[in-house]
Amino acid sequence: MSKFEISRRSLLQSSAAGLTLLSSAGLSRLAHASNLTVGIVYVGPRDDFGWNQAHAVAASALKEVPGVTVVEEENVPETIAVQKSMESMINLDGANMIFATSFGYYKPFVLDLAAKYTDVEFRHAAPLWTDADPKNAGSYFGYLDQAHYVDGVAAGLSTTSNKLGFVAAKPIGTVLRNINSFLLGARKVNPDATVQVIFTGEWSMPVREAEAANALVDAGCDVLTCHVDGPKVVIETAESRGIKCCGHNASQAPLAPNGFITGAEYKWETIYKMFAADLGAGEPLPNFTGGGFDVDFVQSTPYGAGATEKAIAAADAARADVKAGKPIFVGPINKQDGSPLLAAGASFDNYEPSLDQTDYLIEGVTGSIT
Amino acid sequence: MADTTETSGVRMQSGTSFELVDRLRRSSEFFVIPLLALVVSGLLFSAFLLTLGKSPLEFFSLVWRGGFGTSFSWQNTLVRAAPLVFTALCVAIPARLGLVIIGGEGALVLGGFAAASIAIPMVGWAPAFLMLLAMFLAATIAGGVWIGLVGALRHYRGVNETIASLLMFYIAVSILNFFVEGALRDPSDPNKPSTKPIGSENMIGAIPGTDVHWGLLVGILLCIALFLVMNRTTFGFAAQIAGGNLRAAQAHGLPVGKLMVVACMIAGACAGIAGFFEVAAIHGKANASLIAGYGFTGILVSFLARHNPLVIVPVAIFLGGIAASGGLVQRRMDLPDATVLVLQGLLFIIILVSETFYGRFQIFRPKGEAA
Repeated sequence: MSKFEISRRSLLQSSAAGLTLLSSAGLSRLAHASNLTVGIVYVGPRDDFGWNQAHAVAASALKEVPGVTVVEEENVPETIAVQKSMESMINLDGANMIFATSFGYYKPFVLDLAAKYTDVEFRHAAPLWTDADPKNAGSYFGYLDQAHYVDGVAAGLSTTSNKLGFVAAKPIGTVLRNINSFLLGARKVNPDATVQVIFTGEWSMPVREAEAANALVDAGCDVLTCHVDGPKVVIETAESRGIKCCGHNASQAPLAPNGFITGAEYKWETIYKMFAADLGAGEPLPNFTGGGFDVDFVQSTPYGAGATEKAIAAADAARADVKAGKPIFVGPINKQDGSPLLAAGASFDNYEPSLDQTDYLIEGVTGSIT
Repeated sequence: MADTTETSGVRMQSGTSFELVDRLRRSSEFFVIPLLALVVSGLLFSAFLLTLGKSPLEFFSLVWRGGFGTSFSWQNTLVRAAPLVFTALCVAIPARLGLVIIGGEGALVLGGFAAASIAIPMVGWAPAFLMLLAMFLAATIAGGVWIGLVGALRHYRGVNETIASLLMFYIAVSILNFFVEGALRDPSDPNKPSTKPIGSENMIGAIPGTDVHWGLLVGILLCIALFLVMNRTTFGFAAQIAGGNLRAAQAHGLPVGKLMVVACMIAGACAGIAGFFEVAAIHGKANASLIAGYGFTGILVSFLARHNPLVIVPVAIFLGGIAASGGLVQRRMDLPDATVLVLQGLLFIIILVSETFYGRFQIFRPKGEAA
């Protein structure tokens, strides 16, 4: 395990280096990307104001690249249907690169197809690839907790009740990590800030998301954010209740013209264009690609009307810090149950592998995982 | 149905060629009306496409290519048809008794969950056939008990079976989520709550030379078997009488309650088998991906097949083909994925309406017999 982590870290660094290379020589290489057909599969609708839209926005940016054809399919469930959709893209559309954008697509569907179609490159949007998996498969991922940390900084300076609300889907690693980072951002600028979280139990359950958002506002929260597939309902509820909000996944700025502060967004475009360029140039693709602000894989939504001067300044500074590699998790940090996570003076690197396995909330977050 | 067969049988014995023509006239009704319904649905859907500014010709040629045009398309279609065969049976069998069961999805989910659960303690020591046998039994029992309960509620407590089966689907999903996100959760997969995998060495492979798992073949055999049960046994005969006239059946001393419960158990077992194949042939574990809507599409299949187990197979393949081509339509014509749902909905409504036309046209009747 530890061996893999080291290799993964070096892969992260090498992908960052590759990106720097791309930004200099990228355009000339893109021009050679002829006859490249990219198939993209989404689990939900492309205009969900969330996870799928973030990918669809990147897909439309990829369409602009000369020589690249993009075929897309939305609302593909995590069943044999996705395997057949990808296979259909390969067989009927001649796709030579597949982006599978939902978690449950990977095992067994992407793995089976990668073994079957060895001349097609498969990349999946979650950090799941291991050395034992086919070499023409791989993972790409944005560390969105960095952007949630920046949101937290802005939110911490926007609250008067010191209560921040977080509507979360399922208590899994990435979600818990985003909640923790959001709190750490808020605490950085406002030591009294707390985050109250409600889990809906589903990735997309608009009714429960609205109930949770209203409950959090009723409990005194005056800034809301969320980690659900489509944050539309949470953002609209916050706006209609007259409080501020931070977005998630894609830009929800148009949904909250008064209260929107900023949001944690993926920038898949960077990764998609990088892969297309590599493939067009006949270069091998990395199997594991991940990063945050430092490699332009995540971004903050442009500030909305809800952002104050002070919040903007602090958030900009926090983003610059993270980009420069300054750690988010700095001790002393205790878990919710009081047990220590980090002693005073200790810190986690922003790409600390154990954070991928987060199964706890930290002190300052109220709300239960179970 | 029953009396038609009987009378034509009697007529056949008299053995004149006119009688053969009469028989053909009668049976042609069951091809001509559905065919006309298909054509009408196609025309209405074409009008819908034209209002969107899209070419119906392109649409139908893409459906053909994506669903049936290549060997890959055929496999894609058959893979999607396999679970529909089972879930359609879950509707068709109780329908013979006049019961409308729409909660087959719940039996599928629980069947898959039961199969995956019973496999967990067997991983590592049990040979594959033993594990698969145990999984199969667990799935049929879980599904059978689930829909059997619906039948029992209907008979003993007078609870409407349609509503009960639908509501019990939600309970089934909650049971699955409770265990998959709790006691039976695989700790090594922190991000998608699932049971522990049954192991790839224990999974059912594909029919040689194809990508299609054995579930399709089992489904076809099951359809034939249930067709025989419903049409050639006293059980099937009694079920049809109870479906035709409940009071009359009771007056003749038929055990109506038992018939209902048994028919529902058979139905649930069929949907449970669909869950078994989802786990044993596709996912290798139970998780929320079991809730894929096969149970609900099965309702459509069964109604289109007029609840005839033999007709279920071609109808399931037909709808599987439409589903298989949905992606191609999306990609080539830039239509939303709901487009094929519109087509499915139109088909459903038109076929239901066409049901009212049976026996209304003189052309299908022998000379001298009133329509």
